[in-house]
Amino acid sequence: MKERVPLISVKNICKSFGTVKACNNINLEIYEGEIHTLLGENGAGKSTLINILSGVYMADRGSITLMGEEIKLSSPKDSIKYGIGTIYQHFKLVDAMTARENIILGQKISFRKMRDVDLKIAELCSKYGIELELDKHVEDMSVGEKQNLEILKVLFRGAKVLILDEPTTVFTPQETEKLFNIMRKMKKAGCAVIFISHKMDEVMKISDRITVLRKGETVKTLIKNETNPKELTELMVGAAIDLSIKKVDAKIGRQILKISNLKVNDDDGTNVIKDISFSVREGEILGIAGIAGSGQRELCEAIAGVRGVKHGEIVFDGEHLEGKNPREFIKRGISLGFIPEDRLGMGLIGTMDMVDNLLLKSYQTEDGILINRKPLAKKALELVKKLDIKTPGINYPIKNLSGGNIQKILLGRELGLKPRLLIMAYPVRGLDITRVILFTI
Amino acid sequence: MLRLVKRENIDKGTNIRIRLLFLFFSFIAISIFLLILNYNPIEVFRGMLSGAFNTSYRIKQTIITAIPLIITSIGISIAFKMKYWNIGGEGQILIGAFGAALIALNFPDMYKPLLLTVMFITAVILGGFWAVISGILKVYFNTNETIITLMLNYIALKFITYLQYGPWKDKKAMGFPKIPNFSDNAILPSIGGIHIGLIIALIIVVIGYLFMKHSKMGYEITVLGESKNTARYAGIRINKTILTAVFLSGALCGLTGFIQSSAVSQTLSIEVAGGVGYTAIIIAWLSNLSEPLMLLVSILFAALLQGSSYIQTAAGIPKSVALILQAFILFFILGSELFVKYKIAANERRAA
Repeated sequence: MKERVPLISVKNICKSFGTVKACNNINLEIYEGEIHTLLGENGAGKSTLINILSGVYMADRGSITLMGEEIKLSSPKDSIKYGIGTIYQHFKLVDAMTARENIILGQKISFRKMRDVDLKIAELCSKYGIELELDKHVEDMSVGEKQNLEILKVLFRGAKVLILDEPTTVFTPQETEKLFNIMRKMKKAGCAVIFISHKMDEVMKISDRITVLRKGETVKTLIKNETNPKELTELMVGAAIDLSIKKVDAKIGRQILKISNLKVNDDDGTNVIKDISFSVREGEILGIAGIAGSGQRELCEAIAGVRGVKHGEIVFDGEHLEGKNPREFIKRGISLGFIPEDRLGMGLIGTMDMVDNLLLKSYQTEDGILINRKPLAKKALELVKKLDIKTPGINYPIKNLSGGNIQKILLGRELGLKPRLLIMAYPVRGLDITRVILFTI
Repeated sequence: MLRLVKRENIDKGTNIRIRLLFLFFSFIAISIFLLILNYNPIEVFRGMLSGAFNTSYRIKQTIITAIPLIITSIGISIAFKMKYWNIGGEGQILIGAFGAALIALNFPDMYKPLLLTVMFITAVILGGFWAVISGILKVYFNTNETIITLMLNYIALKFITYLQYGPWKDKKAMGFPKIPNFSDNAILPSIGGIHIGLIIALIIVVIGYLFMKHSKMGYEITVLGESKNTARYAGIRINKTILTAVFLSGALCGLTGFIQSSAVSQTLSIEVAGGVGYTAIIIAWLSNLSEPLMLLVSILFAALLQGSSYIQTAAGIPKSVALILQAFILFFILGSELFVKYKIAANERRAA
């Protein structure tokens, strides 16, 4: 297999955003007729690589060759010209247009040739087993149909390399199976498919070869049949995961949090938490597992008072929390810490320095209308020392720090308030094994 | 191949150097423009400088021009800090001036300090109220504050026009559409040729600075401007904070209206605001919403306005040309922003 000229080959691609190296010497070879999976944690550089291949970003360094010839991709148009078609996680379709109109959008086709277009589409559909009504408007389509339309659109433009960025996240198993059938047919027709997914079972099912990325670098390219999920996970994370974390024995005390018949809506008003009940006792760690978007975020936010509760009760240490906001928590001394999943979107302010970020949880208890920053500056210095936070100074905007250091600031602040209940969403962010932990001290 | 790369952190020296460089570029561009029109650029620049600063009278005029700019830009920056785009300073000034006139015209014989105080309070409340209309619509109906504040400007302007040509028209002005002059009691006192609006403006700078940098409310406004979710997380009462900040923003514009109508035009007219509400937006941005810088930039701006009006009479340069000169300077200074945030880098091609 190695003797063949790769359809597309990426050599030593580098791309930085500021000081962050999103891609650092990435190498990748894709052959005709293979389904090649890119695997990696969030931030491993998968999306950046795709964006480079589809001409959205330009690489700082490195080369891309197509059938042995070097090509330059400086705009998405170039990529289409060279037969690289990308299907993004969020579809790029015009809702108010029909399938046919979306397919020919941006191409100069005279009306007389419209018959040829229909013929060509029909041919592609039968070749790859795609079912689609050409006169249906996009807004009336299901996600599966939209995906089919996206695939048809890139095939119509002559794509030989198809990039699918997490296509199955919003799919039911049946839709996924249909997509896989199309992918297999494309493979047979000599196209190459680059597939990105977090779902290990899908990766093992469909891939021919798998390239693992970590921290912007290519770790290894493996042949599917010669590997297993455990090896892949280890390569992704970078170390053999020691699942035997030492468990500290703690005395289980009395019940501290009781949730009964909780119902919570998400931002769109859809009911995502439907009748949940559980309780946590002192000295206990409660883990919440589930694939992303199962309502973990809404649950955590509801307990922390950030999100309104539709129905049900949240009782913390004998006090009802539902209908109260964090301001009342702080004022009443309800000691509850919350580490949200998106730390810069909620919990910290990137443009502010450490002192102002520590202030977020304590300014309300100060007397008077003015703020005294001195005690917090002292606390910030202590935190820098205690948690080994790497920062040029406590008055340095935190968004320029690395993710780990930002997380330390957040953890330091929340733990420093000595909470009796701590809610943490993805506290070790970056692991794809979803976990949300609640624990009490 | 050239491209723009985001700068990580810019030190103060480079920042100032870039801006001065672009100021210099603007002078070059203006010089070329003036040469094409057959004016001597050196003379024009000298004329602008002397028009703004040459005699003590001109310096005073420059300061008087700066006063409304200072107060209004600080007012607008309160809303801007919250990422609330209040571009309705113009209308809020007019309504503030209307409030002042309402009191001044109805109680011309009131005891002077009392009359001025009541005028002050009415102007501030009405200015704040005019701004808070957009805040209420935003909070409860999620409307776009940029459009609402802008449209309210026109409503305010047409309302004052109606008063000027209709019910408030001065009967002694022989048909000339103007509102009667304020009584002496309704006019702000002056010290050394400059009305005490200057002192008010300086106090506003200090209070504005303390409020934004050291008060709880200022902190809440900043947090809310950066992230609504984090504000919720910290238990900030979002609606209350928005409405209060917007009210304060409009109230300061209303204060400008009071000062301008009482001390400068000594009556209410549609020219009371005179574009200050829009110029203040530029000043607030150029100063990066920092209060001490707003003071400085306002004075420079006032000098630019005074200088260009002087060259109109002194060098016989048409008003439109003077305006083009202002536009050139603004264009370059605002354009330099791009180079403060980004630097130009050559594309490294295939070092591997």
